[in-house]
Amino acid sequence: MSQIASSSSPFSARRRPLERVIRTSLFVCAAASVLVTVGIIYSLFADTISFFEEVSISSFLTGTTWSPQAGSYGVLELVYGTLIITFGAMLIAGPLGIASAIYLSEYASPRVRNVVKPTLEVLAGIPTVVYGYFGIMFVTPILRTIFPQTGIFNAASAAIVVGIMILPMVSSLSEDALAAVPRSLREAAYGLGATKFEVSTRVVTPAALSGIVASFILAVSRAIGETMAVALAAGATPRLTLNPLESVQTMTAYIVQVSLGDTPYGSLEYRTIFAVGLVLFLITLAMNLLSQRITRRFREVYE
Amino acid sequence: MSRHHAAVRPDPRMNDTSLAPRGGRFEPRIAQRQRTGRLFRGLCLAAVAFGVVSLVVLLIDVTRDGLGVLSLDFLTRYPSRLPARAGIRSAILGSLWMVLLVTVLAFPLGVGAAVYLEEYAPKNWFTRMLQTNIANLAGVPSIVYGILGLAVFVRFLGFGRSVLAGAATLALLTLPVVIIAAQEAIRAVPSSLREASYGLGASRWQTIRHHVLPVAMPGILTGTILALSRAIGETAPLIMIGALTFIAFDPVTPMDSFTVLPIQIFNWTQDARAPFHDLAAGGIVVLLVVLLLMNASAILLRNKYQRKL
Repeated sequence: MSQIASSSSPFSARRRPLERVIRTSLFVCAAASVLVTVGIIYSLFADTISFFEEVSISSFLTGTTWSPQAGSYGVLELVYGTLIITFGAMLIAGPLGIASAIYLSEYASPRVRNVVKPTLEVLAGIPTVVYGYFGIMFVTPILRTIFPQTGIFNAASAAIVVGIMILPMVSSLSEDALAAVPRSLREAAYGLGATKFEVSTRVVTPAALSGIVASFILAVSRAIGETMAVALAAGATPRLTLNPLESVQTMTAYIVQVSLGDTPYGSLEYRTIFAVGLVLFLITLAMNLLSQRITRRFREVYE
Repeated sequence: MSRHHAAVRPDPRMNDTSLAPRGGRFEPRIAQRQRTGRLFRGLCLAAVAFGVVSLVVLLIDVTRDGLGVLSLDFLTRYPSRLPARAGIRSAILGSLWMVLLVTVLAFPLGVGAAVYLEEYAPKNWFTRMLQTNIANLAGVPSIVYGILGLAVFVRFLGFGRSVLAGAATLALLTLPVVIIAAQEAIRAVPSSLREASYGLGASRWQTIRHHVLPVAMPGILTGTILALSRAIGETAPLIMIGALTFIAFDPVTPMDSFTVLPIQIFNWTQDARAPFHDLAAGGIVVLLVVLLLMNASAILLRNKYQRKL
């Protein structure tokens, strides 16, 4: 009681300075997050600008041969490597993720869902270097048994392990979206004589479409930024190829390759990692903003 | 009524013919539709099974490869050119350094930011900008944080390729995740608690310190542990800032060079010689056990305190 009595005047001038100091320091903590963004933009742009003083932007953005030692800086070859692996990963994670989400939301009992959903999410928590190991040591040997011409490093095994890695992202976020569709919609459809399959695919899924699309875009963004699994399994050969059994190089794998090598800091070749990093950053940023926009703009509001 | 029409947009697919009367007469075709339904259910179940089976196969494959090298010696030896003599001592110490320093750097900053955003921030464009910025930072690929760490900590601030540079980089990577988790935990504290405290004459900070934070703390800690477990598995940003792959000494100060468990695993996986692959698998088993323990403690923490409110 005495403590309450002694501090009973929260508006006294005596305590106000402390309140203000705390408020200000908490504000500084929150504002620090802006500094992180500023730092990212500064570190990407500073060296990219000096890179573009020596290499023309148009040859960088439109060239299709990436061979810095030979003075050829066509980033499209790396972008292509990223896209083919992302595309392959989404071929796995997209359909399987939606189907898993529909099963968990519409068919599974709460008990099964409470066990299976966290189990799938474990896949997202496994470090990416482990997926790289799994890709080289498990997936690639299987591919080589089926298709003997498969390279030791190949796009297919990278795409498969990245697909498994982002599967829980699609399934969990889509399941959240499906579960948020109000019961009344399902019951109305049942009342009209629809079967469970028809309710799931023609009522619930369309109603949750914005959430599902947002989960897809987030998964794509994650696959684009994925580094270690791809660097290990897909190898380091930039190549414009449609054959998934050959090695390709992604933007991220290239950045890792340069940092592991002995390219001197500040050389033109070293500065490529900042230019490639900037392209990577801008692509994933656009994806994340798009996903946020879709969730906000197209969210169906019921009741 | 009209509101419901607005909410449920007519779906163009409703016009397809599969459900519509054929030849002018409605045929329910129940048996066929039920068959389709069972097939669909089976396919969805198979998709779930694919995910679960992948997880099981991955764990079994890694454990089978790695079990042979696991021993006390493996944990206490330095890496070596001879696979039979190699261990992960310096990698474990490096990872411990990372967890320790990342916690010290990211936890206060992240919780402070979350408290500001949830309890103090006015609803204006600046707060919205902060919030969007944090959401976007959470989606930036980890390798981009590596580029940031390289340019700012290693070069600009002159930390070199040290434990400190690595931990600062990982702290920034972890920060948005900690902020978002702490915000959710603080938001879940009922406002009646705050109002009761204000009603007794407590100031804003007294309310936060004595009532909001203690109730939100289990949630904050759970989120922080999960964020740390992500940081402990990170490889790419540390390769960027130049963490070395071969360290045969203990890093004892924050300015020492270092390696971490995922980098050691990467290095051994990349090696062309097969005996090193088993070492990589052994390292993976150790890493996964650590992650499992961290996640289990997060879940226990959540379950223990969840009932209280």
